[in-house]
Amino acid sequence: MSIPLILFIVCALLAIGGAVALILAREPIHSALALILVMMSLAVLYLLLGSPFIAAVQILVYAGAIMVLFVFVIMLLNEGVEERTNFSRLAKYVGLPLGFFLLLEFGHWLAHSPAGAVIANGAGASGQAADTAKLSEQLFRQYLFPFEATSILILIAILGALVLARKEE
Amino acid sequence: MGFITQHPVLVVSLVKIAVLLFIVMTALAYLTWLERKVIAHIQSRWGPYYVGAHGLLQPLADGLKFMFKEDVTPPASDRLVYTLAPFLALALSLTAIALIPFGPPSVQLLGQPVFVVSNVDIGLLFLFSITSIGVYGVALAGWSSNSKYSLMGGLRSSAQMISYEVSLTISVIGVLLLAGSLSFNDIIKGQGGYWWHFIPKWHLIPQIIGFLCYLTAAIAETNRIPFDLPEAETELVAGFHTEYSSFKFAMFFMAEYANMITVSCLATILFLGGWLSPFPDRWTWQLYLPGAGLILLGIYCAYDTVKTMRGIAQLQFAVVTLLALGGGALCLIPVVAKDIQGVFWFTAKILAILFFYIWMRATLPRFRYDQLMSFGWKLLLPVSLANLVLTALVIVWPMLVRHG
Repeated sequence: MSIPLILFIVCALLAIGGAVALILAREPIHSALALILVMMSLAVLYLLLGSPFIAAVQILVYAGAIMVLFVFVIMLLNEGVEERTNFSRLAKYVGLPLGFFLLLEFGHWLAHSPAGAVIANGAGASGQAADTAKLSEQLFRQYLFPFEATSILILIAILGALVLARKEE
Repeated sequence: MGFITQHPVLVVSLVKIAVLLFIVMTALAYLTWLERKVIAHIQSRWGPYYVGAHGLLQPLADGLKFMFKEDVTPPASDRLVYTLAPFLALALSLTAIALIPFGPPSVQLLGQPVFVVSNVDIGLLFLFSITSIGVYGVALAGWSSNSKYSLMGGLRSSAQMISYEVSLTISVIGVLLLAGSLSFNDIIKGQGGYWWHFIPKWHLIPQIIGFLCYLTAAIAETNRIPFDLPEAETELVAGFHTEYSSFKFAMFFMAEYANMITVSCLATILFLGGWLSPFPDRWTWQLYLPGAGLILLGIYCAYDTVKTMRGIAQLQFAVVTLLALGGGALCLIPVVAKDIQGVFWFTAKILAILFFYIWMRATLPRFRYDQLMSFGWKLLLPVSLANLVLTALVIVWPMLVRHG
């Protein structure tokens, strides 16, 4: 077994385990921690796919900024242990098998489609590691309009947050 | 043997990690010694004096003391998170140091650069992503202790670190624009050359505003005076680590000092030319500066040993003297002197910044919380943003003029 394969298996298991723990954990903080674990494992998977920039941004933005705010809010509100309701019978007998079937189907499709082959081999394996300079060139030339549109969208969201948070005089 | 030839990068990296870990841990220990000594002398005291000559064995004694203290876990605490928090804090702050190039990549052993553990292309971005999750150690420690003081400390520190991280990152982007790269080696190499043949072309001069913003934000990021509100003794007992004792407390302590070293390294790389010498290459005598400096130190130690030291301290200081003299002699050998240059300048610059930090701690009082927030958001952020815009304009200006 090669080292990247071992890394992949470890991180994939960590990501799945974290995702399961996120749903099952009773403390909100534990859920948040599990989500951080998922994001970190995903970042390592991006690295293995030969895209260090995306990996770093994944950690920086999701684990480093968004989740810090989550944890901050949970701490500020000091929420107690969450309440449990009974597990829906419909979800138990129909949802679970359907979800499992979907997973199988998705795996089958990935294994036989060309997209799956690209994902399995990784861009890095074919010697085309995503260069940050190339990435930014694409972002600011080819996809400039969507990029600018997204920034305006975010600006609107910031303004909205400001308006909502402002106290009435 | 087969494994070594098959995975040279892995084996060499592991060796480098072990060596770097040892050096960093020792440096952390002696940073506490330096801090206590410097502050003591600023305040007209002696500082640690009795454990070893000039208190040189004090860090060792402190470490032993931490290890033998009782490790108390509050019964109402969240056990898992409570134990995880100090590990997270220390592990993350140590990971960041693995990205720092302490010397030029041209010094190689077995085809691998000696002075950097992990030479990542987007080093700066990785460093920021690692330091950005460093806040969890403090925040989780505050939450999991289940104590009001700790929770307040944790909350304050999360708010403070989020706020100042923005200014910290933006103050650095000016350098990125000038360097045009995220790789530490490229950023340092871009600072080579001289104005008028003797002023080094470091980013310090064009980015002086960015440098000042960075230094200020970095003090806040490392939770040090005047921004040490997460552990403000007069208000919060000891802040986020109130409930921690024994080695877990020591781990927070070590993480804080490791963070100090990281931000000093980053300041050195981004603004002070990293491992580049401040003197032009044609001044060949600078090759012998490290050796000469160590020998001068050795001579001073020898004088001190004979003149003021008595009893066992005299013996201990004699060992220090011999180490300094021997190291100095080793650094005077031309081959060694050439390879050691980069590391010497890097270390000297880091020490200067660390001294500045300690100096600040001895000089300034603590901010009030609202002052801290308004300073970060209303002064530091606009100034660093203006610096960014100004830098971008200066870079783009020639292009705008050319294209009309």
